[in-house]
Amino acid sequence: MLILKVLFRSAFRNKLRTSLTILGITIAILAFGLLRTLISAWYAGVEASSATRLVTRNSVSIVFPLPHFYKNKIQQVNGVKTVSYGTWFGGVYGDEKNFFANFAVEPRSFLELYPEFIIPPDGKEAFLKDQKGCVIGKKLAAKFGWKIGDIITLKGTIFLGNWDFVVRAIYLGRDKDTDESQFFFHWDYLNEIVKKSLSGWADQVGYYIIGVARPELAGDVAVAIDQIFKNSLAETLTETEKAFQQGFIAMSGAIVTAIQIVSFVVIFIIMAVVANTMAMTTRERIGEYAILKTLGFGGGHITALIFGESLVITIMGCLLGVVLTFPATKILSHELGTYFPVFNIGRETLLLNLVAALTIAFVSAIIPTRRAIKIRIADGLRRIG
Amino acid sequence: MAIPIAYNFRNLWTRRLTTILTVSGMALVVFVFASILMLAGGLQKTLVETGSYDNLVFLRKGSSSEVVSGVTRQQASILETFPEIAMGPRGQKLLSKEVVVLIALTKKGSDKPSNVVLRGIDENSLLLRSQVRLVEGRLPRMGSTEVIAGMSIVQKFKDIGVDETLCCGMRDWRIVGVFDAGNTGFNSEIWGDADQFMQAFRRNGYSSVIFKLQDSSEFQNVKSRIESDPRLTVEAKRETRYYADQSEIMAKFLRILGISLTIIFSIGAIIGAMITMYSAVANRTAEIGTLRALGFKRRDILIAFLLESLFLGFLGGLVGLFFASFMQLITISTMNFQTFSELAFSFSLNFNIITMGMVFALVMGLVGGVLPAIRASRMIIVDALRAV
Repeated sequence: MLILKVLFRSAFRNKLRTSLTILGITIAILAFGLLRTLISAWYAGVEASSATRLVTRNSVSIVFPLPHFYKNKIQQVNGVKTVSYGTWFGGVYGDEKNFFANFAVEPRSFLELYPEFIIPPDGKEAFLKDQKGCVIGKKLAAKFGWKIGDIITLKGTIFLGNWDFVVRAIYLGRDKDTDESQFFFHWDYLNEIVKKSLSGWADQVGYYIIGVARPELAGDVAVAIDQIFKNSLAETLTETEKAFQQGFIAMSGAIVTAIQIVSFVVIFIIMAVVANTMAMTTRERIGEYAILKTLGFGGGHITALIFGESLVITIMGCLLGVVLTFPATKILSHELGTYFPVFNIGRETLLLNLVAALTIAFVSAIIPTRRAIKIRIADGLRRIG
Repeated sequence: MAIPIAYNFRNLWTRRLTTILTVSGMALVVFVFASILMLAGGLQKTLVETGSYDNLVFLRKGSSSEVVSGVTRQQASILETFPEIAMGPRGQKLLSKEVVVLIALTKKGSDKPSNVVLRGIDENSLLLRSQVRLVEGRLPRMGSTEVIAGMSIVQKFKDIGVDETLCCGMRDWRIVGVFDAGNTGFNSEIWGDADQFMQAFRRNGYSSVIFKLQDSSEFQNVKSRIESDPRLTVEAKRETRYYADQSEIMAKFLRILGISLTIIFSIGAIIGAMITMYSAVANRTAEIGTLRALGFKRRDILIAFLLESLFLGFLGGLVGLFFASFMQLITISTMNFQTFSELAFSFSLNFNIITMGMVFALVMGLVGGVLPAIRASRMIIVDALRAV
């Protein structure tokens, strides 16, 4: 207990400097936490993917469609339980800035394959019955103030024109990382209109989602599906939902890497600041260390004192930073909600925060400690200021 | 009389460790600041240089990029009759009808597929894009399944090079040449015969029509003609404008990220400078007293300490910019959210960024030094002298 008191007293001997240092660490830990949270938001889609779902797309690239009749062929593959399909609609509400993901899906199989979207039974019934109906996420509904029964008009960017939808249900996410800002409607509605105007896109779907009976079957099923359509007009590429999502992240991988690097740079910056503070305190107190040595305390004691003081300062900054991360994340998720629908502070992030703080404490105490230990008693006592 | 600057320099030298730590903290901040500006600048430079001011791009109304656009053959031939089109060397109209599709290719390093633009061109396309130079092999013959690939694609993707083949659309496309389009988006594309692509990918219309204006000022005429013709459901944009629009979201994202990071980091660095300067003042109380006793004014002392901290900032800026300049050697290839396809761009340093980085470093030094310098200048002579 006494040693703790000594550490606190010496840490706060120069109140201004220590408070400034703590403030610096707080900001660094806050920035570090936010950046890690941003990266995990990037990976939210991967985390939320299920091991029993496969995604089949056109092997040329995702922008090419697949014929609708593939559904029956896929259904016949051994191990396939449910087949659903959908098309990226790419509609915008009012302005392009109000971006949210919207898909035309086959409703019955879609709801079956995605148990993480929780919809009350009557809402489900209403959605299935109404071909112009749509299901929207809770966050999306809150963002635009949409209620059940509202009519929403989206402007198509791929499928031109104004499209009206009626909100029939609002879904809740079962898990923390379920995206609650999506918009789903009937593929049949899209197809009927497309048939009349854009005949090239009629009876075409963007992708198939396949539910397999057991996760172990996924690999074999994927190979079997691609085998059926080999050498056809639209060859397929089937992969697990996880791999599919990771593919998207890999495309913007350079940016994720940049953020990752930057999040470590901030730790280096703050390390320089703390090391500086520690260098100053020890320099000021070199005479005192000489006295401690004269009294018979060894190098170990002095090391413990300096490391302890560095720890006291960084841990306080770290705690403050962690506490502030929560409200800051809230603000960030509000600002960037359009790009990243899921924003959670992971336990891993908090742990990394602590590791970062401890690293800062130790690294910045090394050089000053060496100095304090190496100085000879007579030299230390002779030095003033 | 002012206090000699040498006094400040020698003081910084005496406290080397502290000086180095403060300067490196600031240098890192300037480095990050400059790098992000360089990245956003590089992106913009790439997309602006991709377009030519006199070229007009025609897309389907409401489409934001060529990937989702569609121009029918009929519309393309109506556009071909416009009198504003410039003439080429052989007396032909400088107009090209192009088709753009995305294909997935495997990236080097990560082994993950990424979307690449496959652009179907006709014989006028190269005349319209003077930036494009062939560096290896030859041009594709029209009417064949030969293609040429951009430099960035060759460097960043697997199995792309002269005499390699791409396989998609149930055909084999032979790469017969490599082109370099400098710092432009075309460098991340693969080009081949438009008619071949349309057949292979079953497109019955073009993606876009591009032509060069005879006279730059005739843009308005073209625009109003299109608007009054009900057959033309297309939109005209200057090529420069079109490519600038495509970088909008990405550039905005980089800017938001950059600015928020820099603000956070600079607070850290300012605190670092402040700690250094406060301790410099505290350690030198007696010296300050002596200086005052010798007749130096309060203002001289204020200036001396401010200079010292500005010098710290200057050093930080210098070191940071020095390292940032090496970032120019790096090219980043990533997905542009708006076009959904690969785009390579590099960090580009310009005089503007150097100035901004330096000003930023000096401001950090100044802000960090102001309070300590004021404290130093306010000391009372007697107390300060007694402090030893």
